[in-house]
Amino acid sequence: MLDCTPKEPVPSDAHTIGKINPVKTCQPVGAMYAALGIHGCLPHSHGSQGCCSYHRMALSRHFHEPAMASTSSFTEGASVFGGAANLKTAIKNVFAIYHPDIIAIHTTCLSETIGDDLPTIIKQAEIPEGRYVIHANTPSYHGSHITGFSNMCRGIVSYLAESDGNPKKERANIFPGFVNPGDMREVRRIVTEMGVPSIMYPDTTNVMDSPLLNKYEMYPGGGAKIEDIKDSGNSKMTLSLGAWSSDEAAATLQDKCNVPGVPLKIPIGVKATDDLVMAVKEGFGVEVPESLEIERGQVIDTLIDTHFQYEGKKVAVFGDPDIVIPLTEFLITMGMIPKYVITGTPGNKFEKIINQMLEEAGIEGSKVRAEGDLFELHQWIKEESVDLLIGNTHGKYIARAEDIPLVRVGFPIFDRAVQPLMPITGYRGCLRLIEMISNTLLERRDRDCKDEDYELIL
Amino acid sequence: MENDCSLPAGSAPCIDERQFSIMTTGKNKSRIHCADDSLAGAVSQRACVYSGARVVLNPVTDAVHLVHGPIGCASYTWDIRGSLSSDSEMFRQSFSTDLKERDVVFGGEPKLAACIDEIVEKYHPPAIFVYSTCVVGMIGDDIIAVCKEASHRHGIEVIPVESSGFISGNKIVGYRAAGDALLKLIRPKEGETVEKTRKLNYLGEYNLGGEKWLVESYLREMGIEINVAFTGDSTVADLKKAPGACLNLVQCTGSMHWVAMSLDQEYGIPYIDVNFFGAENTAESLRKIASFYGDDEIMRRTEALIEREMKKVRPVIDRYREKLTGKRAAIYVGGAFKALAIIRQLKELGMEVMFTGTQTGKQEDYEQISSIVSEGTVVIDDANPAEIEKFLLEKDVDMMAGGVKERFLAHKLGIGFVDHNHDRKDGLAGFEGAIRFAREVYATTCSPVWERVKKNPFEEVQD
Repeated sequence: MLDCTPKEPVPSDAHTIGKINPVKTCQPVGAMYAALGIHGCLPHSHGSQGCCSYHRMALSRHFHEPAMASTSSFTEGASVFGGAANLKTAIKNVFAIYHPDIIAIHTTCLSETIGDDLPTIIKQAEIPEGRYVIHANTPSYHGSHITGFSNMCRGIVSYLAESDGNPKKERANIFPGFVNPGDMREVRRIVTEMGVPSIMYPDTTNVMDSPLLNKYEMYPGGGAKIEDIKDSGNSKMTLSLGAWSSDEAAATLQDKCNVPGVPLKIPIGVKATDDLVMAVKEGFGVEVPESLEIERGQVIDTLIDTHFQYEGKKVAVFGDPDIVIPLTEFLITMGMIPKYVITGTPGNKFEKIINQMLEEAGIEGSKVRAEGDLFELHQWIKEESVDLLIGNTHGKYIARAEDIPLVRVGFPIFDRAVQPLMPITGYRGCLRLIEMISNTLLERRDRDCKDEDYELIL
Repeated sequence: MENDCSLPAGSAPCIDERQFSIMTTGKNKSRIHCADDSLAGAVSQRACVYSGARVVLNPVTDAVHLVHGPIGCASYTWDIRGSLSSDSEMFRQSFSTDLKERDVVFGGEPKLAACIDEIVEKYHPPAIFVYSTCVVGMIGDDIIAVCKEASHRHGIEVIPVESSGFISGNKIVGYRAAGDALLKLIRPKEGETVEKTRKLNYLGEYNLGGEKWLVESYLREMGIEINVAFTGDSTVADLKKAPGACLNLVQCTGSMHWVAMSLDQEYGIPYIDVNFFGAENTAESLRKIASFYGDDEIMRRTEALIEREMKKVRPVIDRYREKLTGKRAAIYVGGAFKALAIIRQLKELGMEVMFTGTQTGKQEDYEQISSIVSEGTVVIDDANPAEIEKFLLEKDVDMMAGGVKERFLAHKLGIGFVDHNHDRKDGLAGFEGAIRFAREVYATTCSPVWERVKKNPFEEVQD
């Protein structure tokens, strides 16, 4: 069952021409997710309505939340004569009916191919006083959902962030990268714990993990406030988490408002979290509070207590580059062997960074691929199997076909709930990752071992 | 329990131009506007032409479904439908030509041809469906020509599905594209004939949660065989036998009526509408099929089956009706066929249907819906979330049946939800399905969680 990948290995240098079982999706969904991280924002998809429906569905299935977004509802006419009229009508209708504070428009492959000039259209549109319309170009035939997220983040900065020319405030901007609201909450908690005020955007906490309070709010309480985003031009520095998702936005803010960006990994694992903590410490001259020292110590203690449960196990990791890179780093810390590491997002830097990590750890024989697909990963696994898969829901076919356990990390996860609320970032996130990985391997051992090897104490 | 509408007081949640897409039975004399294009700026629940085509063809299990376009169109439709297969799982793989900027500028035809070659080499499938997407329609790739050449080159069926999304915002256009592809696939080659049988085809059945298998088991007991279903758990070889049937059953009217009519014209196969959602509908449909065959033995077996199954279903429905009587329900689903079936089942459960709508209903569908709901029921075409929210609150609804986009909206409003769309994993058809549906409706409407919602100690006590 579900074993449609042929066994015969493809030549080692032969990528599939298209994609079979992709590890990426298209730009607009990332842009939509980023836009939802602004308070009072209605994302708008400038294209035909199927796109908008798909993105909303993908986000709803992952976050188990309503995901609101409007569409220009392109038809054949708009596709021939351009989408300007549709977009202007859409802007008018959206403000009249849905009353957002801000509309964040992203394009689609269709409107990009037509060549709609969004800045001009937006300039000509009727925008009510005190409301905003921003945009990002997100052609689906370039990059991935991560590129779309990054482009919208940059759009937010270029439209909204301002510097008042005064000395910078003792405050950090946090660009969290394409992660779950649970992860964003944890990153902010760490920075707050260190006594540093912060502005985080996009901020999907209390938007894509909002509580059921017996009423529905089209614009939930969470999300970065527009005035805060504007004021981010006056912050002292930007913690730019994840090169693929955040660095462009940070660079734009640096150019525009002279706020230096500190490029960091998304803080997954001990090392990446240490790097974040140290960047805040050095940037603001604050001490690391005892509470964080204790948290870190607990992680180290747990790693030592449990290392024999997972040490030496071979893992295949796949997903988005900004998550896979620090995750691989943490797996190495755990003593595991990242045998196959794949992202669907393009960028040679990915292979370089991972290969360097592996080399430094003295791990040989691993395969690394940017812009890969799960077909290729599956063939690699057929050649030489692994003990564990780590990645999104789409890995479950390989997991079943090859009888390998899957730990679900990343986007999208359609078949498990709760995970968007729980962090894998920070020291707390380390504990969660250890728990997930270790439990999964132990469950497998308990399931498969002989009666005489079935132990109470592990 | 108090619900605040998310919209500011006094603001009209409905766009003026949409007033003709909403009506209240008993009040409006005018006809509902439907199958209009969605408005620019709407948070429409509708999908696209490609989506319509894909959901119809996707359950052809041993075919490769190759999406010619940028990656998204393939990613979002990867195994989204709970169609079950008794054999091949090829349809659950995701194939995309992953068009890049270069292809958009210089044309995607060479890449499409190369992808087809690669797929044939790797998998040797009996057929490849090649779906066109928005951008492909825009740049004018001639997928018909590429498919034709590839078909000759490899000696397999390579069938173009013309489903560029922007052609229409209505999935029905996609159903039509899929229908075209199916008709092309089953048309016998010159000199070939398909032997006529006493078997029937089952159109518009996608084997969600094994529903085709369930109905097949009833029919078998009656002494009738299914030739092939369009397209649940079908294979390319099975589909090619379609012209040999003596009867077509049409279940999902939206997607398959046109195909049924074409099969009638081309092969002289008559068709009847059936509906296996709900015990009463199932019994009626089985009798209808039996009477077509006009065989006493088949009739006798059918009645025996219905009697036996009804004995199992009735007490269960009665038990749930006790709990559900007077509860208020809303329905928002893709097609009118399903809406009608759900209305009937909810009424059997003693519930009141306050609100019903579809994404793709036609004029006559809405007339039929209006005739079976009680006065004051809101009937709506292509509802947007603001409208859904407004009527859920206004009509104080307890439970909604719909698809994934409505699920979390309903939950946030404190309203139970039953998925009657692609995401469901359990079959809701037939007698067993009627029992399951009743249980699901009960479980969500009367979930103990709602008690904790009502009795929130942090909130001040409200009258």
